[in-house]
Amino acid sequence: MTTEVILKIAISGVLTGLVYGLMALGLSVIFGVVRVVNFAHGEMMTIAMYLVIVLFSALGLDPLIMLVPISAVLFALGYLMQRAIINPFINRPEHSQFMLLVAVAIVMVNGLLLIFGPDSQGITTAYSFDSFDLGGVIIDAGKVYAAIAALLVAVALFAFFRLTLTGKAIRACADNYHGALVVGLNVKQLYALTFGIGAACVGAAGTMLMIVTDVTPAIGPAYTLLAFVIVITGGLGSMPGAIVGGILIGLTEALGGFFFTPSAKTMFSFAILVLVLLFRPQGIMGRKTA
Amino acid sequence: MKFLLDGVPRSALVLLALFFAGLLFAPMVANDYVLVVLVTILYFAYAGQCWNIMMGFAGQLSLGHALYIGLGAYITAALYVKFGVSPWIGLFPALAISGAVGALIGFLAFRFGVSGVYFAILTIAFAEFARIGFDHFTWVGGAGGFFLPVANYTQNDFFNLRGSQRMFYYILLAMTVAVFILCHLLLRSRAGYYWLAIRESPEAAEALGINIFRYKMYAVVLSAALTALGGVFFAFFYNNLFPEQVFHISRSIEIILGPIIGGIGTLFGPIVGAFLLTGLAESLREVMLRLGVDLPGVKQVFYGFCLLVVVMFLPDGVWPPLKKKLGLDRDTERKEG
Amino acid sequence: MASKTRISRRTFTAGMGAAGIVAGTAPFNIISAQGAPLKVGVLLPRSGAQAGIGQDCQRGVDITAGILKDLNLPSLQIMNGDTETNVEVARARAERLINEGAQLLIGAFDSGQSTAIAQVAEQRGIPYVINIAAAPPITEQGYKFVFRNFPTAPTILSNAFENQIEIFKATGNAPKTAVFMHVNDTFGAAMQKGFTGIMGKYPETPYKVLETIAYDGTARDLSVEVAKAKATNAEALVMVSRLNDAILITRELIKQRWSPKAILSMGPGWYEDQYLKTLGKLGDGPMSFVPWYDPNKKLSKALETALAKAHPGLNMNTNHVYTFEALLIAADAYKRAGSADPKALADAIRATNIKDNVSPGPGIQFDAKGQNAALKNSAIQNRGGKLVTIAPASASNAKPQHPMTPYDKR
Repeated sequence: MTTEVILKIAISGVLTGLVYGLMALGLSVIFGVVRVVNFAHGEMMTIAMYLVIVLFSALGLDPLIMLVPISAVLFALGYLMQRAIINPFINRPEHSQFMLLVAVAIVMVNGLLLIFGPDSQGITTAYSFDSFDLGGVIIDAGKVYAAIAALLVAVALFAFFRLTLTGKAIRACADNYHGALVVGLNVKQLYALTFGIGAACVGAAGTMLMIVTDVTPAIGPAYTLLAFVIVITGGLGSMPGAIVGGILIGLTEALGGFFFTPSAKTMFSFAILVLVLLFRPQGIMGRKTA
Repeated sequence: MKFLLDGVPRSALVLLALFFAGLLFAPMVANDYVLVVLVTILYFAYAGQCWNIMMGFAGQLSLGHALYIGLGAYITAALYVKFGVSPWIGLFPALAISGAVGALIGFLAFRFGVSGVYFAILTIAFAEFARIGFDHFTWVGGAGGFFLPVANYTQNDFFNLRGSQRMFYYILLAMTVAVFILCHLLLRSRAGYYWLAIRESPEAAEALGINIFRYKMYAVVLSAALTALGGVFFAFFYNNLFPEQVFHISRSIEIILGPIIGGIGTLFGPIVGAFLLTGLAESLREVMLRLGVDLPGVKQVFYGFCLLVVVMFLPDGVWPPLKKKLGLDRDTERKEG
Repeated sequence: MASKTRISRRTFTAGMGAAGIVAGTAPFNIISAQGAPLKVGVLLPRSGAQAGIGQDCQRGVDITAGILKDLNLPSLQIMNGDTETNVEVARARAERLINEGAQLLIGAFDSGQSTAIAQVAEQRGIPYVINIAAAPPITEQGYKFVFRNFPTAPTILSNAFENQIEIFKATGNAPKTAVFMHVNDTFGAAMQKGFTGIMGKYPETPYKVLETIAYDGTARDLSVEVAKAKATNAEALVMVSRLNDAILITRELIKQRWSPKAILSMGPGWYEDQYLKTLGKLGDGPMSFVPWYDPNKKLSKALETALAKAHPGLNMNTNHVYTFEALLIAADAYKRAGSADPKALADAIRATNIKDNVSPGPGIQFDAKGQNAALKNSAIQNRGGKLVTIAPASASNAKPQHPMTPYDKR
């Protein structure tokens, strides 16, 4: 009996972790390339989640279908944010960037509060209450779909960065800013593109999350923190690292919550974070950089 | 006294004296509501100044300063409620423990080379640890909260910090002035110069033989310990402590807003910032009230926009350009940061 | 909102009679001096995390004026204050309202904010009537100006056990084991603290608690918690949660294919409109043991009608009822005191004895600590998208249904 429960919880943790990993991937891309501390990451995801609510009540579309349009909207948002607001801050000290994005986050959270109100809102799809029964181990159907979608988006992103010219250009900027300039890359444009891509990731992750949970304006900051924990654990600048980090954190929280007390489950993520920061600051899959 | 005033331009001294006099006599003319607002401003000025020591002086961005406020608050409150220990005595263990925690974080960070945004996240992690930990720490109430006994005070019990708003106001004013003077002295002491060097160019500083690790630790421990005193005040003024509120990351952010807006590393920055922010918040509320606009949340959006504007166009904070405008920086060659 | 009610002696006594206020309270001849409405500061969280609840309480405020008029009670001039779900802001707001002339304060839904406001009220000597806040310490401070017409967490627990015993006796079968899940916030922690001790005082409680699971209120994913609860194989699920968690947990129960025989909630969430609306027929069955209203009382029906008119489709709930009663207490005390002098008001409130009210129990009265210890809590059950009161028998309008229909059979 207990093995089934543990298995069930472990699988659930991994699945959720995959979606979190996608969210963290967006942050890793932004942080790794543009080197901006995006403290509005979770808030951007909240915007995507509210978009799901709006589109769902207007058009009744399934989140899996909404994935593409919402990611596109978030892409535009990220692109504009980078071009209009963040660009001048690239070379400013970290605390300035941080304050800028905190201000942006405050505007986002409270703007959402004004528009949508503080109550929790969610969507109910045809499969909201479904689950699979695999030999006694019960798995949430919605989570499976969300995880698969997240994985597909991540793979698509890897392909983009490895195989396309733009993707390689962006990686070049990340590796060597001055070198990229010298070679004639339009770094400003590429940065904006990257921020847009990071935002699109977060948009996709948010859309997926709406399958399994609800949204209120206040959840942004917690997700921002989670994204940072995952990115640092997995390894800054490593895209697979973000996904691996997501799975690890999802798994730890789930099992930690089960064996100890669930109300302290976030402590486990922080414990891992501290250990990583001290003993392997480049993260599990990161490369040691100067 | 001469040492204190050495190098400060006369115009600055006059303004400072006027300002201080204003604060000193405010309770006589202000009503209770304004007094509470002033207390809030001074509290953030105090906490911001303490944070400034770690950030402005030693260049370490801490986003988890609520940790020290909380420790100071809970330790003295627990000693008072459970053992009847006066906060004046209780603050010593509070200082010691906060300082020790700060030292621990500093040690972990500096020895292992954790800096910049990683250090910031480390501090967040520790604050969150404390929050969740205290949520489960039932001896001091856990998530249910810890309450200090309160009564309608006809007299001020200074020893136990029980009394009227006015008493608290003056205590806080004294604390803020004290930390202000302390920072002023520190800035022109040897430690102050070392910190400046470490902040501007750590490699050069090291080459000159400055023990970076040690001086960074001084800043961190001092900042942590002093912030804990703010927590003591907090506990005895508000009389109830909930881990969700005391250790919450939004608290840490509130503390640093003042110094960042006012000007990091400057002496007057945190105070200017605190006045500006609380002043802005209250005036916004007033304006909206007058206009009859009752949209909850509009104030915070507007607040966020104002913050955005300041951060984008006044990167060094409000105080340096203001100082220039007031013509106060003619005599000070040495930049404070 | 302020309408000057000219009260003559005749209409006054008639009004007194209609409101069922006990005769023999201090003779009342200085009515003309206070033709002016009483300035009442209403402090609620209108923004921040508790904004939804604050706005719900506000609905209770909005429908009060008409009813007070019908009861021939003096009118109140409402001054709104937003605590922003923040303790320091609550304190500043309270000071502000008092400076602007508030003669009485009510509020503030949350225990932390209410404590801060209570201190201000006590220090300034302005009466403060708490509408909703369950932490016991607030009325244990020896305050003279703070009153609470709401049960403390221990009372909620005691009543819950009493009602459960009554219900399971009536249905003839009862769950033998239970798992207790609670949110780890102010309210949840307070409830958990008293739980075992108070359950010990009710040996007739049919079930034994196998495990206590505390969860984080901000968690968006409660699958682990529910899995843990299911693994205990308990027959009943005892809950203290908020609205969001209630919905999330129910979804998890369905997904993880666990239908407990009974869901016994001792807090908000499981009966709220959004819960019923979101889950539809999957929301039927849970029993909530909460401060509620007595559906058989005349004033309850009046209040319900007023609410239905102002907000059709909304179920009347704790937020509306207790906020209304706080204002009722204010108006009633103002009438008896004959003046807006804070000390006179406070004394009048202490002498309150309103039998014709909305909440269950003998009525509104305060003990020496300023607490209404006579309040009784009800048990309600979700049925067909609506709420019925199933206990105590004296204040109920339906029979309890137990066990709950399993989720996969709906």
